[in-house]
This record gives sequence, structure tokens and C-alpha cells, in this order.
Amino acid sequence: MKHSIRIASGQGFWGDLQTAPLDQVRKGPIDYMMMDFLAEVTMSILQKQKMKDSKLGYAKDLIPLFEEILPDVVNKNITVITNGGGVNPLACRDAIFSVAKKLGIKGLKIGVVLGDDILNEIDSFAARGIAFDNMESDAKLASIRSNLISANVYFGAFPIVEALQQGAQIVITGRTTDTGLTLAPMIYEFGWQKSDWDKLAAGTVAGHILECGGQASGGNFSAEWKSVPDLAHIGFPIAEAHPDGRVVITKHENTGGLVSEATVKEQLLYEIGNPKNYITPDCIADFTSIRLKELGSNRVEVSGVKGRAATETYKVSMAYFDGYTSFSTLTYAWPDALEKAKKADEILRTRLKDLNLSFDEIRTEYLGFDSCFGPLAKSSGEMNEVVMRIGVRSHDKNSVERFGKEIAPLILTGPPSVTGFAGGRPKPSEVIAYWPSLIPKTAVTPKVVVEEI
Amino acid sequence: MKIQLIEIAHARSGDKGDTGNVGVIARRPEYYSLLVKYLTVEKVKEHFRGICNGNVELYELPNLGALNFLLHKSLGGGGTISLKNDAQGKTLSSVMLRMELEIEEKHLNSEH
Repeated sequence: MKHSIRIASGQGFWGDLQTAPLDQVRKGPIDYMMMDFLAEVTMSILQKQKMKDSKLGYAKDLIPLFEEILPDVVNKNITVITNGGGVNPLACRDAIFSVAKKLGIKGLKIGVVLGDDILNEIDSFAARGIAFDNMESDAKLASIRSNLISANVYFGAFPIVEALQQGAQIVITGRTTDTGLTLAPMIYEFGWQKSDWDKLAAGTVAGHILECGGQASGGNFSAEWKSVPDLAHIGFPIAEAHPDGRVVITKHENTGGLVSEATVKEQLLYEIGNPKNYITPDCIADFTSIRLKELGSNRVEVSGVKGRAATETYKVSMAYFDGYTSFSTLTYAWPDALEKAKKADEILRTRLKDLNLSFDEIRTEYLGFDSCFGPLAKSSGEMNEVVMRIGVRSHDKNSVERFGKEIAPLILTGPPSVTGFAGGRPKPSEVIAYWPSLIPKTAVTPKVVVEEI
Repeated sequence: MKIQLIEIAHARSGDKGDTGNVGVIARRPEYYSLLVKYLTVEKVKEHFRGICNGNVELYELPNLGALNFLLHKSLGGGGTISLKNDAQGKTLSSVMLRMELEIEEKHLNSEH
């Protein structure tokens, strides 16, 4: 057994810093690189792409990325784990195999985790008594069933472990938890068992620290943001994991950013609920047990993590069509910038009302004044300029389209010194809403396929 | 004496559906007890009036010198439904840190 492994974070979301995974494989030693691509509604966007073209439905950025990093990955024996397979991990694998062929790489094994996509089985599950009630609002699935676009089970680390055991050097999954991508190599390398709750929780905490990329290494850091060095060349976080569950968070030398107790604390607090109950498919981690210790420059030890038995259910991430939105902005200049913007809003709303359009919501915010602070915004004298930002939402597409035609006229028929209308009439966008629910673990089985080229 | 929360704490915020989470972290270990004493659910609910339209939940993480607040019904429906510029609650941390607190002087050390 290895004494420690280095797991690097390569992407915190789809569209993250493109150079980060390159730096992780080139600027220092790592054993594994995990890349998280999937936010809550990403699967539905990918599902739509797959409906148009059966060869799509995964994070396309992965292909040019692998063209760049595959030689490094193979030469340095780095294992890459990503959930960027989206709703079509097999097509993603085939595209990476094509890259390998083009580069003349042989003997590469890619593992794929399948079985998370349950869209076509929803009704048969429902017939067997699985309700899929919305776990946040308790609403019934029937209320949105006809608008359902995607339904995916969140799998954990163990299907990835199976792929690693079969020799995969790249593992492509669909809807696997962000934390599972980091936990899996620890389970595999250190031989952790399914009931090693403290260790599984320790790996899960490490996963939470890595899953948002640079947010653990000096990005979006509120405590002392001015003191973070060279954010332009930020080094993404790396977890040095040990068999006993102890983890050291660090980053490559000669990179920018900062790993300190404070940067790690901010990431630990990010988007958590009850810290004693951080629930994943693999375990329940207790964030109140975490001990942090700065070991030196850009090295923070994470230890003491306690865990409890996993629950009997998987979370299911569903997405459904829920109407249309449209947004527009106009910029008003001194004098009386805010008054003018408010008057423009009043005029616009009057016109929309006269047209008898149907909206679920109209929201106006004044950027530069109150979009972050709402009613807590403080007036501080004369404003140089203010941006009126107005958004509408409706299930009636015509109303949303008509809204788009009412913005430009405000420039010549409303308050003066207004600019910033560019890009033509705002178009309606489809709203893809999120529906979280649960399914018994016994109802679904992940499937692992490993193939070699 | 009156202080602003940002003097004794830093914070990060994010979203889970229509709920915003704000993690508030003491800048020094000794400030954690100040957070526990003065940053109550009632105080936070009052501060966020007009932004947070639901309950406020508070969880303590003494090991990290931090409090985690959940602000329900704060993001205009949340996710892709929300029409807010900050639909994901990324700046709720700033709103929190701008809060003014009336604290007893003896609780702050001279280095503050």
C-alpha cells in the first residue's frame, strides 16, 4: 500500500479555468486528477444536446483537453476521474479513444460508470411505489411529470473504485457526486471498506474541499483577498491523502493563490446545510469533527473527521421545463440616475400592463445600487450612473417575447441620458427547473465497463 | 461599542435551491464566542428582513470557529427560476458582514 497519494482538482465546474488541469499535470507530481463538471441542471442541458445528436450529451471541453494532457497523463501514470460524461459517458469515452488513436497511444484503459440515467424508467418505478416527491417542497412528481427532461441518480465513489480495480486509467461517469470523485482513489489505494465510516467521511471532506477548484486555494476569498498572491496563475488545490484518513491540502509550488486555514475554512462552509449531517451515497460526514492545522506555507492538515453509516437512499436529480424568462438592462447617467431608472421601470410596467400580458414575476433591480443588498442598500449621495436590470418569467412565451420589444422604445420615449442597449431584442430562454428526490438504493445498480484501446 | 461584523469575521455564501447559506468564520479563535453571543438567529433574521422571506437556521462549528446560517426563501425561487442578479446568493456574505453589532467593550481585546 502507498503511504500517501496526491489527488489534484482540475475543474470546479463546467467552464472553469481552462489552464488549471494542464498546470496540475505539468507543474508538479500528482497521482490522480478529479474534474467536476456537473451542476444541478447541467444534466438537463446535456440531455437536450443528446436528443438532437445521439453522439453528444457530455462535457465537450473534455476532448480538446485530453488532446493536450493525454501524453502527460500516460507518461506520468496519472489517473483522471471525471463526471463530465454527463448523460452520454460512452460517447465521451469513444471520443477520448479517438484522441488516443490520433496521438498514437496504445494500451489505455478507460472505465465508464453507467446506470444513473433513469429517465425512461420513471413510470415503472412510480408503478412500484417510488414516489419521487420533491424532497425540498414535498410536491408530487405528477405536477411536473409531463415536463420532465432528465432524471439521474447520484452515485458515490464505489462504482469508480470498481473501474480502478479493473485497471482503468481514466474513469468517466455520469451523475456521480462531486465528493465521490476524490474519495474513490483513496478507497482504492488504501483498501478502505464500505463500513469504514470515519475514513469515508475524511475522504468526503477532502472531496468537498477540492470540488470547487480554486475556491479552496485563494479564489473568492473574503478574509484577506488583497493579500492573495498572483491569482492570475492560481494553483488549484491538491489533497495529499494518507491511509488513516489524514489529508493535507496544498498546491503545486511556483503557482499563485493561497492555501491557508482561512481559505480551507471558507470552502468547508460553502453550500453546506446541517454540518453534522453532510449526506453522500457513501457515508454521512460530520463537519463539526474536522480539525485543521497549518503545517507550513500552503499546507493545511485536515484530520479527526468522524462519519456515520450511509443512508438507504440515493438522491435523484431531475430537471423539468418550467416556462420562459427574459432579461434586459439599460444604463442611466447623472443627474438623478436612480430616479430616471425607477421612472423607466414604472413606464415599462405600465405599458406591459396595458398590453394585458401574463407574467408569473417581473423583477427590477438597480445594479450599482441594490441588486446585492435589496432593501438594505444605503443611499450614498449622487450616483454617477445606475443600470436598470429587469427580468420577467412566464409560462406564456408570447408575453416574454413581447416584453423584449418594449425595452428599446424606452430610450427615445422615456427618461433622458440612457444608454447600454446592445445586442438586439432580448429573446425568451427556457427555464429548466430542478427537482430533487430520493430512490431506495436497492432499486438501481450502477454498471461499470472498462475497455482498452 | 459598535462594530461591523467584517471586523471580527469573514464569510462565504452560496445556494441550495431557494435557500442561501452563509458561513461566518471568526478572524481569531477568541472572536468565536462573540459570534455565538451576538450573531443570533433573531439578529440575523432582523438584518435580512426584505431579503430572507423564510426561516433562519443556525448551526455551530466550534472546531472551525464558525457559524453556518441557512436563510430560507431568499433567492427569488432559486436556481434557474430566479430573476435576481444574485440568484445563487454569492453576495449574501457581504450583506452579512456589513451588519453592525453593539457589543460590550470587554469582549474585544486591545489588539482589535
